[in-house]
Amino acid sequence: MLITCPYCGPRDLAEFSYQGDANRTRPDPASTDPEAWNAYVYDRANTAGDHREYWQHSGGCRVHLAVTRNTLTHEIKDVALARDGAVKKPSARRKTGAKA
Amino acid sequence: MAEYSFLSLLKNAWNGNRDWKPAWRKPDPRPAYDVVIIGGGGHGLSTAYYLAKEHGIANVAVLEKGYLGSGNIGRNTTMIRSNYLLPANQRFYEHSMKLWESLSHDLNYNVMFSQRGCLNLAHSPAQLDDFARRGNAMRHAGIDAELMSREQIRRFVPALDIDFGGRFPVVGGLIQRRAGTARHDAVAWGYARAADRRGVDIIENCEVTGFLRDADRIVGVATTRGEIRAGKVAVAVAGSTGRVMKLAGVDRLPIESHVLQAFVSEGIKPFMDTVVTFGAGHLYVTQSDKGGMVFGGDIDGYNTYAQRGNLPIVEDVMSEMCAMFPGLTRVRLLRSWGGIMDMSMDGSPIITTGPLPGMYLNCGWCYGGFKATPASGWCFAWTIARDEPHPINAPFALDRFHRGILIDEKGQGATPKLH
Repeated sequence: MLITCPYCGPRDLAEFSYQGDANRTRPDPASTDPEAWNAYVYDRANTAGDHREYWQHSGGCRVHLAVTRNTLTHEIKDVALARDGAVKKPSARRKTGAKA
Repeated sequence: MAEYSFLSLLKNAWNGNRDWKPAWRKPDPRPAYDVVIIGGGGHGLSTAYYLAKEHGIANVAVLEKGYLGSGNIGRNTTMIRSNYLLPANQRFYEHSMKLWESLSHDLNYNVMFSQRGCLNLAHSPAQLDDFARRGNAMRHAGIDAELMSREQIRRFVPALDIDFGGRFPVVGGLIQRRAGTARHDAVAWGYARAADRRGVDIIENCEVTGFLRDADRIVGVATTRGEIRAGKVAVAVAGSTGRVMKLAGVDRLPIESHVLQAFVSEGIKPFMDTVVTFGAGHLYVTQSDKGGMVFGGDIDGYNTYAQRGNLPIVEDVMSEMCAMFPGLTRVRLLRSWGGIMDMSMDGSPIITTGPLPGMYLNCGWCYGGFKATPASGWCFAWTIARDEPHPINAPFALDRFHRGILIDEKGQGATPKLH
């Protein structure tokens, strides 16, 4: 598996650490609803197919990424910076002519 | 079908082995059964066997998507042990160990269960203290455990580099001598044959595509070979649990599917007569009766349903293997493969009624499902037959996560990377 880091280009899986399922939303920290917290901590959609997940380029530039990867084929469909969510591409944010 | 015995072997050998019959039938699915078990792996087959044997429920179908033995029952590293710390795990896995000890006679099928011992290596005094604590807990529960010194280990496994190249010197270890290995394919075939002989229909190449409902209640399954109605539907599909349960509308469960790779080397002469685990990394190795070194390490660590892994784990496992056994560095790897593990959030399994009416769920085996095969089937059969868990599997409830009564063997908190 190769992951294309927006800053470093295509890099081997060994440089990345998996940070888990990105489909979960942390409940409001002020919330005291145990069901919501239990669901957040324990329950997973465990998707077969396109899966949004977090990776960190821990052996490289250390950026956190939101990756869309097919869990049946390992095909990587999209890589975005985690802080932008999986929607905005970092390339769209970069100024024209700026070096990657 | 005749009993397998010395006499029947002799008779068939005399006849040039022409008269052997297939070990189980290939029936077409009937329209309805008392119990339909989804998943013809070790756990599904043993569940069918114990339903028929212990509870007299033989009107049972086992549905298998592929061929029998094509899933994790044929993809594991064949190791069996009950060296657990927590009482719930000790009771369950020791029950399994006792069933293993009489399994070949019980099934009239040689599963080649070999109690060659399982040695956990400790590489620091703190780790050895921890092993002593686990060993004491095991002995307290009536399970055998022995602490071994560095000198004893040197004599017991002479091929081991006791210093791991100076980096991780072994200070001692914990051995369970009743632990060992079994022939994994024979376990699938033995349970299939024994269940079939009691009237269970084993239906291969039959994939479940949906569930039949009567209001809230599950009353059967839609399959690639037609609809099958059932009084009770049991799900024992390990790594495919997420996919199958989604068909029933259960979107979220406390498990993730991950790939675990396993490896076998070319056959070599007798090298090691036990199971050894590397305590400073994560590696477990044994030698098969054919001579191949069978071993594995960590899961790849990312969600996947693909039965193949990636190179970083291969490199990791090989480097650990070379550190343990420098004598094996020039032995060639014969095969590697991957199996999909249903990793639960506390490292312990789930055997339960529900989560829907008419349904029963068996999952969350992480990468320890093979050794559990007999007890998993035995407990699941009880749960299905009596609509309530046996005291042995009562702690393995699905709602334990939300109720805060986890069985967290490693004491590490919620993560799908335990076993």
